[in-house]
Amino acid sequence: MAEQILMLALSPTMEEGTIATWKKKEGDKVSEGDIICEVETDKATMDYESIQEGVLLKILVPEGEDAAVGVPIAIIGEEGEDISALEKEASETAKEAEKEEEAAGASASEEKPEAKKDKQEKPETAEDKTEKERADKPAAKKEAVTTDGWVKASPLAREIARQRGIDIAAIEGSGPGGRVVKKDVESAPTRAGRPAASGFAPARAAGEDRTVKVSKMRKAIAGRLAESKFTAPHFYLNVSVRGEALMEARNRINKSLQEKISVNAFIMKLAAEALRRHPRVNAAWEGDTIREFGSVDIGLAVALDDGLITPVVRNCGNKGIVEIDGELKELIPRAQEGKLAPEEYSGAGFSVSNLGSFGIEEFTAIINPPGSAILAVGTLNKVPVVQEDGSLGTGLVMKFTLSCDHRVVDGAEGARFMATLKNNFENPMSALL
Amino acid sequence: MPVITFREALRQAMDEEMARDDRVFLLGEEVAQYNGAYKVTQGLWEKYGDKRVVDTPITEEGFTGLGVGAAMVGLRPIVEWMTLNFALMAYDQVVSNAAKTRYMSGGQFKLPMVMRGPNGPAEYLAAQHSQALQSIFAHIPGLKVVSPSTPYDAKGLLKTSIRDDNPVIFLEGELMYAWKGEVPEEEYLIPLGKADVKREGSDVSLVSYGKPMRVTLEAAEKLEKEGINAEVIDLRSIKPLDEEAVYASVRKTHCCVIVEESWPFASVGSHLGWLISRNAFDYLDAPVEMVASEEVPMPYNHKLELAVQPQVPKIVAAAKKVLYLDN
Repeated sequence: MAEQILMLALSPTMEEGTIATWKKKEGDKVSEGDIICEVETDKATMDYESIQEGVLLKILVPEGEDAAVGVPIAIIGEEGEDISALEKEASETAKEAEKEEEAAGASASEEKPEAKKDKQEKPETAEDKTEKERADKPAAKKEAVTTDGWVKASPLAREIARQRGIDIAAIEGSGPGGRVVKKDVESAPTRAGRPAASGFAPARAAGEDRTVKVSKMRKAIAGRLAESKFTAPHFYLNVSVRGEALMEARNRINKSLQEKISVNAFIMKLAAEALRRHPRVNAAWEGDTIREFGSVDIGLAVALDDGLITPVVRNCGNKGIVEIDGELKELIPRAQEGKLAPEEYSGAGFSVSNLGSFGIEEFTAIINPPGSAILAVGTLNKVPVVQEDGSLGTGLVMKFTLSCDHRVVDGAEGARFMATLKNNFENPMSALL
Repeated sequence: MPVITFREALRQAMDEEMARDDRVFLLGEEVAQYNGAYKVTQGLWEKYGDKRVVDTPITEEGFTGLGVGAAMVGLRPIVEWMTLNFALMAYDQVVSNAAKTRYMSGGQFKLPMVMRGPNGPAEYLAAQHSQALQSIFAHIPGLKVVSPSTPYDAKGLLKTSIRDDNPVIFLEGELMYAWKGEVPEEEYLIPLGKADVKREGSDVSLVSYGKPMRVTLEAAEKLEKEGINAEVIDLRSIKPLDEEAVYASVRKTHCCVIVEESWPFASVGSHLGWLISRNAFDYLDAPVEMVASEEVPMPYNHKLELAVQPQVPKIVAAAKKVLYLDN
């Protein structure tokens, strides 16, 4: 008989999880213990091991979507079974969970760990009970995962953590049901950031460490950039670019406009022109093939309070500087408010990161997939330069560093692109050729 | 050092103590002329005669009570029960009289008495004759309970038990009587309440006593081959219990598996598990595991008979569980 697969509490504090990846497709056979999907919880991305067997008949929660603990995420059963009744039931459960969540509000979840600690002294209220029942239902299927905010840890792990001043809640448990055990604490960083030494160290009384929960965005940044840096073989090309012509052109244009055009719009337009001439730099590695993008879509790294995001201006090759600037002025504020839709910040074939406004002279950036190159732009500095006639003078110079994925872009190709880019900046007219 | 059987070690202990103290005497079914149902008392009747080696009728309650009375008036009886299963007939004498008299007389009566015999399953003996009953004796205040696992320990512990002024339940095993081991010729005693580290280790504590010590040591060897260094503790005496030896081991290894052949409910092992969780709580990295016999009457089918008892694979699995290596 077909049955629902429910979202389980995969971490002690988990109330809902995001399906990161489905490891099984509809129609796949599932055995007990198979990993059916990866679930991004508030703590980490965890494997969901099936406790049911059968054929995965229907995925109810697609990748990237959330489901509260206890909500059906898929249906499992025998091939060809009628599951319409279960599907209907599932959508009702999901709606109910949403309503409950709204009703419970944010304060309830924040107070929970504190409140539950004294639960022995405190008589159980009706509210506590329903909450517990809700939590117990799915948890009972796996091991006794506590959803009441209590961190499962062995007494020894707790004692070592206490003595070393480690926050046990910040440690990922590897024991049954996520229990934190000795080896988890021993491999956790201590207050001073050192790997834990053997034996008990006395607790330090200095300022308290602050443990910050990793946001989903931070997790995504960590995952994407680590993957990029560790899979794409990076190399770097560095050129100095004279900035007089660009500044002159910008000043001239800005005089005729009500709104000033940002340097970034110029950079993106001039980079787009160079990319049109060097399509291999606007490409993606796809294993057996390399995709040279038909459109020049450039992402611009925008810093947020905690994190960064790269809104993408599409088809920069066919847009004028004013149009690009207009789009940036619309995208950047929304990016800072975290209001971009996924299609507005993904799929850049090339990216620009500009830290010039922070006074950074030059730096290297990590490639933003699916692109194969990213341009790191330093500050525009007045520096001594050797003039064409050999005399010493001053000039405006900015440093560009291109990070390339060597699987796609070879050194010479990257160098030719940089030469074109440099020429575009120093002789903006040539970009029109 | 001579290698002798468990049976011979017990006989030597009784022989030496009977020679040393003429208040010591032996009574039980077929202990005299037949030389004992399992030949533990071989030759003692010939050596000491009718008055000191007494064949009794098949009346466990009667001759155990006789032992209690003899002890009360200053003799030092050794009561042989043909098996602990039959001792159930004598349970009232043990619990109400042997265990209580010293206390209730305000110490006016001593009870220097040993009740000994094979405990636990042997083979093909079915449900009524395959019981490991140590827990129901260990449950009673006033009794000492001893359970050796080697000929050496058996001899040293039995001699100490015979010299003790309290009633001692001394647990042997039918299958153990033929086990061999080194036993010195010179006299020695082993104090009650002193556990023995049968194997030093650092990764996991395996605690057992009596017959299952053998599978426990085999499991330790198996674990060794997988790179797991198990420490094996032999309790030797259940009451008094050498708790500190167990805690010392748990403080070192941080995890513990208890192995015993009785049923798990309210057993020696489950009590010890509670003691560890109370007194070594902060040293535990995993809940204490217990490998006991399955909670069923002993099946007659031999495969099932073996399957319900502690076996090497069960102990290995439990050790891996407390080490979080069972994924």
